Amino acid sequence: MENACNGDNENDCTSEYYQFHVRDCALVSIATGHRAQNLREFAHELGEVNPGSIYHHFWGRLMFPTFAEPEYNNDFASWASHALHEKALAERLSMIDPAEHDDIESLRREVIEIVESRLDESEMVPWARTDQQFHFLRSQIVVLDTGRVIENPPDLSYVVPELTRGSVFYHFIDARRRTDTHSDDFSAWLEGFEGRYSDLCRKLEALDPYFSPLEEIQVMLCELFGDYFGNGGYK
Amino acid sequence: MSDILDQYAEVVGTNVMDHLGQLAEQLKGLKVVHVNSTKEGGGVAEILRKFIPLKQALGIDATWEVIDGDQDFYQCTKGFHNALQGNQVYLNESQLQAYEETNRRNAEKLCPILEDADIVFIHDPQPAPLLNFCKNRRGKWIWRCHIDVSRPYRPVWKYMKNWVSSYDASIFSLPEFAQRLPHHQYLISPSIDPLSEKNIDLPDEEVRAVFDEFGLDPDLPMVTQVSRYDLFKDPIGVIESYKLAKRLTPLQLVLAGGGATDDPEGEAVLEMVRNAAEGDPDIHVLVLPPDAHRKINALQRASDIVMQKSTKEGFGLTVTEAMWKGKPVIGGDTGGIRLQVINHYTGFLVSTPEGAALRVRYLLHRRDRLREMGQWARKLVKENFLLTRQLKEYLALMISLLIGEHERLELCDECPF
Repeated sequence: MENACNGDNENDCTSEYYQFHVRDCALVSIATGHRAQNLREFAHELGEVNPGSIYHHFWGRLMFPTFAEPEYNNDFASWASHALHEKALAERLSMIDPAEHDDIESLRREVIEIVESRLDESEMVPWARTDQQFHFLRSQIVVLDTGRVIENPPDLSYVVPELTRGSVFYHFIDARRRTDTHSDDFSAWLEGFEGRYSDLCRKLEALDPYFSPLEEIQVMLCELFGDYFGNGGYK
Repeated sequence: MSDILDQYAEVVGTNVMDHLGQLAEQLKGLKVVHVNSTKEGGGVAEILRKFIPLKQALGIDATWEVIDGDQDFYQCTKGFHNALQGNQVYLNESQLQAYEETNRRNAEKLCPILEDADIVFIHDPQPAPLLNFCKNRRGKWIWRCHIDVSRPYRPVWKYMKNWVSSYDASIFSLPEFAQRLPHHQYLISPSIDPLSEKNIDLPDEEVRAVFDEFGLDPDLPMVTQVSRYDLFKDPIGVIESYKLAKRLTPLQLVLAGGGATDDPEGEAVLEMVRNAAEGDPDIHVLVLPPDAHRKINALQRASDIVMQKSTKEGFGLTVTEAMWKGKPVIGGDTGGIRLQVINHYTGFLVSTPEGAALRVRYLLHRRDRLREMGQWARKLVKENFLLTRQLKEYLALMISLLIGEHERLELCDECPF
């Protein structure tokens, strides 16, 4: 998170000088070469793939073609349902909340655990059609400085509606794996104002980004900042 | 902003164009060369015709080179094309020699340009061996494969792999198309150009004119499939579904495709389609010239529903085109159609003529849903499948190749690495 101060020395930072640097990002998908035709292969490949692939299929997917009301909120659950016709497995996978995991390896273990449990229960190994293999992807993120700076928290109410999808992803989703506290950049910035916005931070923490596409997340953020600071921006 | 950037900003919004500008800032002044085998016709040339001026307007020194070849060369590369899409094609030694010799000859002319470039994009198999002949290359070379190579004919892929393995990266359109190669394989899905003749907004009178021109009934609901006459596009299945739906719902069907004079198989399929349509005045089988882009545009806009009932499909840009015009699409549950037709939202995925007929009846009966799904379809395309999105991914990929292959590339002073 870029709680960047105007001064060279971080110790010089006071609330007045705290600035929020708006970033933007673009993701590029890369094929990992790992693929699965059936559930056993899937379990095996889950253990082998680059950790970035696990992240991609839970979070990175938000930056790629999606739709406002996805039936399942990660790619693993979607594949289990649509390609393997394993509704029970899809529901269980869908209930994994990646935000609850401190790191990707712990998330990976939970996915494998659920898949292996389902394999133990199954009489036969569920199999997908040839053209419905699961392709494990990963993504590279390119982060850019938009040059836009927010000086005062009330400005959030009119800057956030103008953000690109990339900016929303970077500050609200990507921030969680980038920062030690696993929080979004807005909360992290507001925390620096000596408790003045702690009630707003709590509201931000309560926003669950996992069940919504980026457009919806942006709408929720706009509503939250709009309500808090008022339509004109200043409370 | 330059004129071309302004024109796109009007369609996609200034945010998107600003974002492109920020990415391009990192690539300003770089020499980027695209190479393909034709200046006219085909999707690659169509995209490059817009990509080059857009990149130039963004400050990148982008150019486009075309290799030339004789009939033997094009016969060989047509064979590659078919084989990489899964057909068993046997290529003899003299055809392969013509392929290699043509590339060697073109390399003599192009190497000074290509060796000097920072980034070279080689499109499809035709110019793939050029890299091998440009020994003093200094930039990054990327092989861009536009073909569905999900199940290639292996002997031909093995031959092609020898040429493309030495590239710094390759790009495929869908995850299914990626192959085992010793470099990064980026995935960039295709896109449509909202400002092309095929997709640009048309005046109402131009749209209405297609009813007279093709003898269509303006008072009958219209279902249209636009695609070449190919069994994989299942035109016979489309006619069957129309006949099933028509028992209960009055409608007309338009099948619009290109001429098939140079394609014996296409001609046979067209004959089958005409036989299946015979005797029904509400089935209109249209054979349009390859440059009838505005007519296709108008037909898609005049339709109530667009169908793409393919049994095998690469990406399906005709689906994208229809969705951009706010039409719900009834599409075959295959390939790239699945990426675009979100079942029950932007259209319906079907596996049989019966399934297609049911969805046609439903949408014509529920006009509210038809309109709603059409709006969602346009939104999905606007956000994901326009040319500017594809350009954004190309720019990000170029940055990634030039700066390094880290998972995160932070191009701002204070970003944490």
